[in-house]
Amino acid sequence: MSTYRVLPGPEHFLPPAAASMGIRLPNPGEAHIHGVIVPEEQAYEEAARQFLMAKVPTIFPGPLVLWAWNEKAAKKATAVRHLFETLKECVQPGQKPMLIPMPDYRPKYPKINPEIEINPNHPNLTIWHNKIDCCMFVGVHCHQANLSLKIIRGGTSCYTIAMCAQAGHEDAMLSFRDASVDKIMKLAETIKRLKGTVEPRLSAAKSH
Amino acid sequence: MAETKSLIGTQNKKGQTYTDPWYMLNEAPRTPSFFTGSEVIKEAIRRASCDIMIAYPITPQSEAAALIGELFAEGYVGDYFRGESEFAVMSQCAGASFGGARVFTTTAGPGTMRAMENFPMWAGARLPIQMIVTCRGINSPLSIQPDTLEISYLLNTGMMVWHAETAQDFFDWILKGFIVAEEPDVHLPLALCCDGFFVTHTKDVVQLTPADMCLPPYDPYRSPVPCMDMECPPVRMMRDPFVMKSNYISYATHASWQQEVWAAVERSRKHAIHWLNGLIDAENTDADIMIVASGTAVSQGREAIRMLEDEGVRCGLVKIKTLRPWPTDEIREATKHAKHIFVPEFNVTGWLAKEIRATIPDHHRVYAGPHVCGGMTMPPEIIVSEIKTALGMKTFSLAGRGS
Repeated sequence: MSTYRVLPGPEHFLPPAAASMGIRLPNPGEAHIHGVIVPEEQAYEEAARQFLMAKVPTIFPGPLVLWAWNEKAAKKATAVRHLFETLKECVQPGQKPMLIPMPDYRPKYPKINPEIEINPNHPNLTIWHNKIDCCMFVGVHCHQANLSLKIIRGGTSCYTIAMCAQAGHEDAMLSFRDASVDKIMKLAETIKRLKGTVEPRLSAAKSH
Repeated sequence: MAETKSLIGTQNKKGQTYTDPWYMLNEAPRTPSFFTGSEVIKEAIRRASCDIMIAYPITPQSEAAALIGELFAEGYVGDYFRGESEFAVMSQCAGASFGGARVFTTTAGPGTMRAMENFPMWAGARLPIQMIVTCRGINSPLSIQPDTLEISYLLNTGMMVWHAETAQDFFDWILKGFIVAEEPDVHLPLALCCDGFFVTHTKDVVQLTPADMCLPPYDPYRSPVPCMDMECPPVRMMRDPFVMKSNYISYATHASWQQEVWAAVERSRKHAIHWLNGLIDAENTDADIMIVASGTAVSQGREAIRMLEDEGVRCGLVKIKTLRPWPTDEIREATKHAKHIFVPEFNVTGWLAKEIRATIPDHHRVYAGPHVCGGMTMPPEIIVSEIKTALGMKTFSLAGRGS
């Protein structure tokens, strides 16, 4: 078993892909935290705790939930919105939940507007600008999510969560797999249940 | 968009039933058949629910390509045409795969080399194309005979590379290859290699799955990159441009992109172990002498082991099934007791021996040979001779009859 752990950075000028360090993806019914396979139940608790602890907990919805391209996507988008509203209700004064879309994957030149979007080619800009210290990817194609998660790990101290509809992401610090409406709703329920039990961090993410 | 799983149990236009792949390949009854490797490729593709095959003639894969043309005429393959060259074929394969098709092609030797630019592009674009490589000589002077040098050029493309020993491997691995390649956490092209002529043009008994069962179709909506469906909003952003502007962050993105491709090769390890029953097969791993090989060199090694046993020399065997992902831990474990490791190969450079030397501790144990190339056969006697020479035992020469 690998001794490598997927932890908040800044890790390295060019951090390795976690898979190349021996981190393996969870099987159905499991998740991973920092690269260690855990029962999915444990991941709900930890993801909720990280959200409630963060100064700027942020959800990054990607194209697969931003467009109602099929019925499932529309339902998932509603669940993501519910998760965000729940987060807003459950945080304490001084915490600032955000919902910032990743509408597409093309590099934006000369520069993206980090206040309104995140881009997989330079996700660190949005993290730095908004001082985001915990984020969750949902509805982002797996390849692009892995690019972003690795760049975030390389250059920021942001805690990353992936709510992946496929096999999960080793490059996130915490990853669910087979994401569904039910799983997103369950995360919202867990946040609600833990409301008031988690002490928020006093400072936001390191910017560089 | 119907989900693939929901199609299991239904029939395609040829009356074949979309079948759970695990049942089809591991539990369904098999029928013994006496086929050439080329005919086996045809039989595998008959059951593979392929949307398109693009062909170009080059020995020794031409027969397989032509046979799949027959499948197209019979209605088992969605589309089929001949490209203008191997480079064109591989580019056209990319186009079809971008469009969400299950794509199959075959090539060999100089054809592989001519098309080489496309292979890292396929991997970078996460296209799960399956390409059969029926290996032959690539250098001048021209040789159409078996030689595995071209495999070494494929090892760093980001494709999965598997090396079949027999026609049975070929039949099973073509079907299993589509399943592994299309996993969303993998989603990479597969180069399924065999030694030309030795496998493609010799007949063998092959256990075939029922012809009325086929794989479920490819579901492009499980792809880790946007599917090019012109009707659905996510496609409006199309695929990412491969040429980005030059500044720091685009270098970082490109670096991460490359890492992600190789991460996907790593992820294929789990699936390949599951479907191929391990990345290697190993026998007698407690022996002092091991033969480690891939492709038909395994068969020759197996016969050499039988001959050595007759002389009281005990020898183990490692058959390497996947070259990418590379079975690092498996080879280390299987060779940990060995004092002498022999790597017979059908190429001049001994690329497999180099890989093994880079993998195991105490690599002075590795003997890079025997080598043959350019279409020469590898009689098991020369493996025996190599081993006996290294052990200081009296042996014979196959070089000639002497004066």
